Amino acid sequence: MNDLLAGLGEALRLILTLDAELIEITLRSLRVTLSALVIACAIGLPLGGWLAVWRFRQRRFVIATLNALIALPPVVVGLVVYLLLSRSGPLGVLGLLFTPGAMIAAQVIIITPLVASIAHQALRDLWAVYHDLLISMNATRWQRVSTLLIDGRRALLTAALAGFGRAIGEVGAIMIVGGNIDGATRVLTTAIALETGRGDFALALGLGIVLIGLSLAVSWASHWVMRTERRGTW
Amino acid sequence: MVAVLPLRLTGASLRRRGKRLVGPVDLEIGAEGVTAVIGPNGSGKTSLLRMMHGLQRPAAGRVDWSLPEGVARTRQAYVFQQPIALRRTVLANLAFPLRLRGLSRAEIRLRAEAQAARFDLTDKLAQSAPSLSGGEMQRLALARALITEPEILFADEPCAALDGRAMREIETRLIEASAQTRLIIATHDMGQARRIASDVIFLLHGRVHETGPAQTFFDSPGTPEARAFLKGDIVE
Repeated sequence: MNDLLAGLGEALRLILTLDAELIEITLRSLRVTLSALVIACAIGLPLGGWLAVWRFRQRRFVIATLNALIALPPVVVGLVVYLLLSRSGPLGVLGLLFTPGAMIAAQVIIITPLVASIAHQALRDLWAVYHDLLISMNATRWQRVSTLLIDGRRALLTAALAGFGRAIGEVGAIMIVGGNIDGATRVLTTAIALETGRGDFALALGLGIVLIGLSLAVSWASHWVMRTERRGTW
Repeated sequence: MVAVLPLRLTGASLRRRGKRLVGPVDLEIGAEGVTAVIGPNGSGKTSLLRMMHGLQRPAAGRVDWSLPEGVARTRQAYVFQQPIALRRTVLANLAFPLRLRGLSRAEIRLRAEAQAARFDLTDKLAQSAPSLSGGEMQRLALARALITEPEILFADEPCAALDGRAMREIETRLIEASAQTRLIIATHDMGQARRIASDVIFLLHGRVHETGPAQTFFDSPGTPEARAFLKGDIVE
């Protein structure tokens, strides 16, 4: 109980004093996660729409695989990305290992299946409603996908937020490929892991509270921007 | 003027999971008039319309337009029994078919607003389409289907869930549209068929049972089943 209270106090102190290191770590967390999210959405949302619209032979297999990839263990993703990016690996020349770039790459791999899968489920339902109309109007395949993406945007917000949540709280993969280097690749989650290991529970908990507050703030902000849950059901 | 017609069906039939929905049908749809497709529930009215429009491929036989299929697809429109509202404003719904065709924004807006005025939807333009009443939504669906100036329009029970006034509005618009557009209307409402049709296709058990000019069909149907159906008896 004392540790929890101390943690709350520490969180307050860090925030109120605008602790320079906290701000740096927080901004890096946001930058890495949002970059990964933008890339994952650019791949995953159209992929979800495509899977909803396009009937092809291996469709069920692809969707089942996509759903299985959601459960991809981050530590294993981290390990594979590490091996790919390490000096002797096939992508070693890029020199990305132990940089935020490597962390973004790992997170993209982790959250793209989640974003695509949730997008597919939401857009599949919308496609059931729109199917006859869009076929009747002779829409091209790409027009069908883009119509679903536009009119289903509120459901896609859920997909994006799920991706954000998974990425911002992820620690296993970015610890491995980022290395938790102070001032270079240390983010909120890796800092919490470090402080917990050191026994500085108050600081770890303070960082944790900042992390949760950050998730809440992003979710509120995005709902406010998209005006969900207002005026009608969509 | 109507380059896409005649439409010719040759032994065309539609199946789902081994069950025959309609056909085999041999029909020719000429360039003029308003055709009412009538028949009891489950006789294949909707299936016939969907097959003609190309929403479903025939399992056997052929559906041939007098133009290549790709061109023919762009010159027809369809109004569904349950109107499908895009989750957008009324204006965006009207604009949608034109946007698919890549028209300029200015022209789209002009035509959509003109169409809204014609269909009494001007004061609803900014409203979201799913929030319209049933009658307004069907009017929007008809306006949206006609905005591309199709040569032929299929309407599947366009007044099924509407009350008298809304039904009259839709019928008036259909009759207006029939000046430029060939109409094929599935209906179970014999009064409506009498009011707007110039000829009739009577379906029974998925087959074309009788066809002919509306006047002749309603005055002296040629088959006992059609006679019974018009009298309001249950036809099995």
